[in-house]
Amino acid sequence: MEILYSTCVGILVTCGLFLILRARTFPVVLGLTMMSYAVNLFLFASGRLNSNQAAVLGQSAEYADPLPQALVLTAIVIGFAMTAFVVILSIRGRADLGNDHVDGIIPNKESKRESR
Amino acid sequence: MGHLVTLPILLPMLGAILALLPPCGKNVKIRRIVSQVFALFTLVASLILLNHSASNNIEVYAVGNWSAPFGIVLVSDMLSTLLISLTSFLALCCIFYASAGDDEKGSFFHPLMQFLVMGVNGAFLTGDLFNLFVFFEVLLIASYSLLMHAGDKHKTRAALHYVILNLIGSSIFLIGLGVLYGVLGTLNIADMAVKVSQLTGDDVALAKIGGLLLLIVFGLKAAILPLHLWLPKTYSSALPVIAAMFAIMTKVGVYAMFRVYTIIFGEQAGELAFMAQAWLWPLAILTIAIGALGVLASEDLRKLTANLVIISVGTLVAAISMHSVMATAAALYYVIHSTLMIAALFLLADLISVQRGKVSDRLVEGRPVAQPYILGGGFLIAALAVMGMPPMSGFIGKIWLLKASSEINGTFIFWPVYLIASFVVLIALSRAGSYLFWRHSNNEATKEIAAPLKTNVIIALLLCSPLMVIFSGPISDFTLAAAEQLHDVTNHVNTVLAISNHGAK
Repeated sequence: MEILYSTCVGILVTCGLFLILRARTFPVVLGLTMMSYAVNLFLFASGRLNSNQAAVLGQSAEYADPLPQALVLTAIVIGFAMTAFVVILSIRGRADLGNDHVDGIIPNKESKRESR
Repeated sequence: MGHLVTLPILLPMLGAILALLPPCGKNVKIRRIVSQVFALFTLVASLILLNHSASNNIEVYAVGNWSAPFGIVLVSDMLSTLLISLTSFLALCCIFYASAGDDEKGSFFHPLMQFLVMGVNGAFLTGDLFNLFVFFEVLLIASYSLLMHAGDKHKTRAALHYVILNLIGSSIFLIGLGVLYGVLGTLNIADMAVKVSQLTGDDVALAKIGGLLLLIVFGLKAAILPLHLWLPKTYSSALPVIAAMFAIMTKVGVYAMFRVYTIIFGEQAGELAFMAQAWLWPLAILTIAIGALGVLASEDLRKLTANLVIISVGTLVAAISMHSVMATAAALYYVIHSTLMIAALFLLADLISVQRGKVSDRLVEGRPVAQPYILGGGFLIAALAVMGMPPMSGFIGKIWLLKASSEINGTFIFWPVYLIASFVVLIALSRAGSYLFWRHSNNEATKEIAAPLKTNVIIALLLCSPLMVIFSGPISDFTLAAAEQLHDVTNHVNTVLAISNHGAK
């Protein structure tokens, strides 16, 4: 379980980072979302992975750590709010700047080639 | 004292909600009054807390009465109360300044400002790392929207960078917290300080990774060297009154460094003692240097001021990496001075750019300002204070820091860099001043003068500098006591966790 879980987190972070480095707002937003999924999974795992254990005392012989679950809930809520904001902001950026590049200007490849 | 500790967080929240509700939401006058009244209440509550903590008290408030390692605690010691008083005062000034017209340029200025104050005060008061993350997010989301206030193209572009960077920062923050929780089993700052010293084997390395991940996040918020690139653009494209309020936000990152790397990874942390300081020292020196270069290269007054923020952050981080009581005390004095002066400079830049018309605050010839005496005099005082010239508060802060650095053998690097940086600031500010006030084109000055409310706020901010010199005795006594209290980790841990002196009060 541990290997599967950590591979999952790793792949999500890799995809997220790759997308964040794309310099267009849509992939960047997707990348940020993937990062936040990965972070939530990671945070959940910080209370150790175990099965058949309730997070409430007295429900099972061994109990799972409830705190990371609470932390993840908070992180999910905050992550949603932030994603909503960045989506709106990128739509506004597309409208204001006329393109979806994070710098607001598409680097002009043509002129670079000419100068070479 | 009891519940008073929660007021600097609850009052701005209440003010924000009230300012959103129908009677205030419709009428801009009522909204202004509500916002001003609540900012005043927050300042009074902060000052009462400041007065209370001055007798070396650490007030611990267990939220929901869940005691320390299990629930979230608010800790109000001298460092926190000093900083929340500074925040509340700055917020009051900015709200009054904006009430002269800037708040109508976009919607929801007052609620967002109150939420920002709530986030900053909460970050200063909390004794729990995850709660610190939550308050960081509160202040960040308020700052994102404030940055877009009265938005145009440049603001959207700057906001896009700022928001994306900070979202990545939040992810790193959570990963760092996850690692630390996995190793230590707690996120209460005092409890972590106890647990860190008991680590063995591989856990030490993991805790180090977690701690250094947090350093990246705090470095991003504070804008130290490799992570400072967002700051000049963001601060110079925000509305000046909002940039003035943002002057406190880099200090939140610096404060978090003070807390985490003095209490958790301080001298009691065994193998991990002072692990961040080795990184911070060179970075701080380089930050000062790059800030000075930025100041020289700035083409308008707002960019110049934004680069001054970077220099002040570098100075503060250098003081953190000296990890001595003297350096911390000097840094606390410097925090008050630099926050207020930089805010005043941003507000001055606003008035100057309005009165110069088309050329705005760019450092080129333009028409003369309409109120040369008030604006020029104000600029002179702020400039003298920022570069650290004798009659003003910057001088005391600078001398004190230089003295503190000589105690830890940092003289050879710190003195030349810091003094040359001050000299560069002097050159840049005198050049800026002569362009803005002396080199006129033949155009007539405008008849429009600034609203008296705006000039009064600026004068109030600028008056703090001479006042800080006149009352430098009591203020430096206070910051020295605050620094001693911060470095007395044992006392802090015992008070927060209520060990041994249970029921002593």
